[in-house]
Amino acid sequence: MLKISADRLNDLFNRIASEQTLYIPVDREPNTAEYRKYEDGMKLSESLNTVRSAKDFFFPQTENLAEFKVEGKNIEIKDIREESGDFVVFGVRACDARSFSILDKVFLSEPVDSFYKNRREHGTIITMACTRPSETCFCTAFGIDPTAPEGDVAVFADGENYFFLDRTEKGKKFIESVADMLEDGDTSKLEEVKEKTREIMKKLPLAGLGTDSFGGDKLNELFNSPKWAELSESCLGCGTCTFVCPTCQCYDIRDFNTGNGIRRFRCWDSCMYSDFTKMAHGNPRLSQLERFRQRFMHKLVYFPANNDGEFGCVGCGRCLSRCPVSLNIVKVMKTLEVKE
Amino acid sequence: MQEAMIKRAVQLLADGTVNRVMGWKRGEFVYDITPAVFTTAEELEKDFVCDDFTQANLSKYLVKESRKEGKILAFLKPCDTYSFNQLVKEHRIIRENVYVIGIPGGPKLDIEKIKAKGITGILSVENENYTLKIETIYGTETMPFSEAVSGKCSGCKSKKHVAYDELIGDDGEVLDSNRFDMVAKLENMTSQERFDFWRGELSKCIRCNACRNVCPACTCENCVFDNPKSGIDQKAAADSFEEKMFHIIRAFHVAGRCTDCGECSRVCPQNIPLHLLNRKFIKDINELYGEYQAGADTTSRAPLNNYNADDCEPSVVHERGVE
Repeated sequence: MLKISADRLNDLFNRIASEQTLYIPVDREPNTAEYRKYEDGMKLSESLNTVRSAKDFFFPQTENLAEFKVEGKNIEIKDIREESGDFVVFGVRACDARSFSILDKVFLSEPVDSFYKNRREHGTIITMACTRPSETCFCTAFGIDPTAPEGDVAVFADGENYFFLDRTEKGKKFIESVADMLEDGDTSKLEEVKEKTREIMKKLPLAGLGTDSFGGDKLNELFNSPKWAELSESCLGCGTCTFVCPTCQCYDIRDFNTGNGIRRFRCWDSCMYSDFTKMAHGNPRLSQLERFRQRFMHKLVYFPANNDGEFGCVGCGRCLSRCPVSLNIVKVMKTLEVKE
Repeated sequence: MQEAMIKRAVQLLADGTVNRVMGWKRGEFVYDITPAVFTTAEELEKDFVCDDFTQANLSKYLVKESRKEGKILAFLKPCDTYSFNQLVKEHRIIRENVYVIGIPGGPKLDIEKIKAKGITGILSVENENYTLKIETIYGTETMPFSEAVSGKCSGCKSKKHVAYDELIGDDGEVLDSNRFDMVAKLENMTSQERFDFWRGELSKCIRCNACRNVCPACTCENCVFDNPKSGIDQKAAADSFEEKMFHIIRAFHVAGRCTDCGECSRVCPQNIPLHLLNRKFIKDINELYGEYQAGADTTSRAPLNNYNADDCEPSVVHERGVE
């Protein structure tokens, strides 16, 4: 497999950044990583994952859609979309990489979301295999192998080198474009690293988390479970879980008065909010219980019902570490699961 | 402490003094504790926890809980009793429906500060003479307790309980804290430096509303920012002005009512030091109207709801604005 030694990684970053925009995870504070546009000398974060997920690259928190200007009886509608340039996201973990295929099912099925599609086509995803999973990780529950992430190119670190494996046509082209900086490497140590990580995954506290009690065919029993009342009791109704979640995809479309016209934009929405899906007749979910239930039913029942059984969660653990009151999908699953 | 609390809660349930208990429920790990209501001795014995990680302020939950059938027992740390009193003063908590047991406060631990040391795969955290022994899937780690103390505890203002029906453990004193040091530092900056500081911090905001929703001073039934009829509702900042507007309006709205419990900064997923905005207001109120601590009592008139002939004049705004 082609590789680059760890001390030359920044040389590679400089090279990529000279050709297209490169984003890498950088530590803002210890253990608080965020993706930043690469500038010479930036250090790749050693944190397991970023606070905000990588979905931001394809589905940003706010995005302008159109502008309207009314003059007399005429309305001028301006398409203000910006064509995305080519960009590379480096260091995406296996969980976030899977989230893209979940988002694709939503945004790339008919009617195709052209804003999302545009960015998806211009982006190259370089993933990075995990070597130090955290106690909050449970990607394996959703069939994700953190030692073999998806993406256009997968990168594997053995401590001394970074190895590059192409996974798509786009990835193959990317590797060809930087091939002169890479050399053939011996992957024997890499296999040991992977094996060690797989062993750690088996020992993680959430390793035994099962999904058998969930799925598209469990609608009535889960929806009607009396346990939602207790589960949702402490929920603050904030949107932290939905906004750090790599698969939460709901958005609202709003108009903003710019002072000399109207700008229509979309922004992330949260099913936890009291005005979520508010319509002319009012709000279909009046209580926090109903709103809380919606989020988990969507991930564990509605999404698999409409997407060949695929769950809408990738086990990244962000909701576990960020919820102000430590409510999360694992607690919900463990409370609702039917024990044999 | 935890044992004594469970024992007393079970007694009060059994003798009918209360029919519910507001406390903290243990989670999957050592640190992921959720505020919860317990109704039976079995539930309490199984899941009730009070330890170095039970940081969450339970007072705000009592707005809802004190309106339910029967009386609820609530365990409140000293800082939580200030929030409780303030909510009683604002007629948000129905005092007679709550039985308060004051318990000693922190310093509590913030798991993020442990993780910031690169410690991951955490299985347990033991406090051995103020050295933390942390078992992880990668081996045992140690660090000083003091380095993992929660931000909301490091500027502790008081160990005194200002509201309780009974105490478990001793009551303490109001402390001389250094909590205004950072505010003073910000005041000494030039306006451009201060603007850059806040722009840097507030631009990290993802508008999750965790700060607002956890805040015991934010108990509006329908926040203007959630109300489409208000004309200023926002789900996300449409421009850089709106980004700051939410936090500044919120700070103004809780001015004189914020007890400085620190929950806003504790829950921020982006680690924005939101409490500094509120502390600036507290510091200003102290300087302009005399020392005042919101929540210290339930009867006094708050400086911003009161009038005295020697109150500062509005012109103080420009006088102080001059650099």
